[in-house]
Amino acid sequence: MKNADTLKVTTPSDREIQITRLFDAPRQLVFDAYTKPELLKRWLFGPDGWSLAVCEVDLRVGGKYRYVWRHLQNGKEMGMGGEIRELVVPERLVSTEKFDEAWYPGEGALGTVVLTEQGKRTLVTQTIRYEAKEARDAALQTGMMDGMKAGYDRLDTVFAELQQ
Amino acid sequence: MQLSGYERQAAGPRLDATFAALADPTRRAILARLATGEASVAELAEPFAMTQPAISKHLKVLERAGLVSQGRDAQRRPRRLEAAPLAEATEWLERYRKFWRGRFKALDDLLAELKQNQKQRGREKNRGGSG
Repeated sequence: MKNADTLKVTTPSDREIQITRLFDAPRQLVFDAYTKPELLKRWLFGPDGWSLAVCEVDLRVGGKYRYVWRHLQNGKEMGMGGEIRELVVPERLVSTEKFDEAWYPGEGALGTVVLTEQGKRTLVTQTIRYEAKEARDAALQTGMMDGMKAGYDRLDTVFAELQQ
Repeated sequence: MQLSGYERQAAGPRLDATFAALADPTRRAILARLATGEASVAELAEPFAMTQPAISKHLKVLERAGLVSQGRDAQRRPRRLEAAPLAEATEWLERYRKFWRGRFKALDDLLAELKQNQKQRGREKNRGGSG
């Protein structure tokens, strides 16, 4: 089975979304790709036309991280950041996340990334836990939504182009 | 630490109710049963070690989420599956999947490159050691 086919998205509880995916690389490399800014910039960009312009990670418990995506054409920016809560190199990373445009109340959400060795491959399990139902509801009110939706529709084309 | 905001922004309050309803295994089993045809509360309760009131509670959650409706027969009050919200939830998850599929493809390429670099460094080291 190709690694791309191993992607699974589930909703383990009413507050969580979980993604799992296998990668053909040792765990330490995958961990680096998730935590080193120069590497993050090379895959956590997008969608369509958005680059990860700012990426700073203070990799320690209590350390802050910050991402800013910038649209290549219109210069619009979207930022988010948070604090690292748990860190076990190279297997576990827990951090808060909150977008600058405060479209939801409270701390935001809690993201957990767990890396598990499977032979020479690495299984990534990402879980996002929302703080409150209002988070989702408030998200609906933001104007960003439509643009992002359009972004999803174009994603496949964009990535196909990028990989040529 | 992940780009989850984009996806969450595409979700709505109705989806929240759908996902909350789907989060429970008993409710998922009820939906699976209803997918084969409508059924009364008593019929639904049968395969579970649960009382009818307990099943009714689950049904209320499913009804509020619009996943289940009541049939016309006043005696049996059969419940039936409503497919639309389920399709909406599936579609949302599919969009979410697409979003990450694209990103993870980029990560595949990056990891392949990093592995290659590591090998190369290893070879150079070996050459340096023997020469």
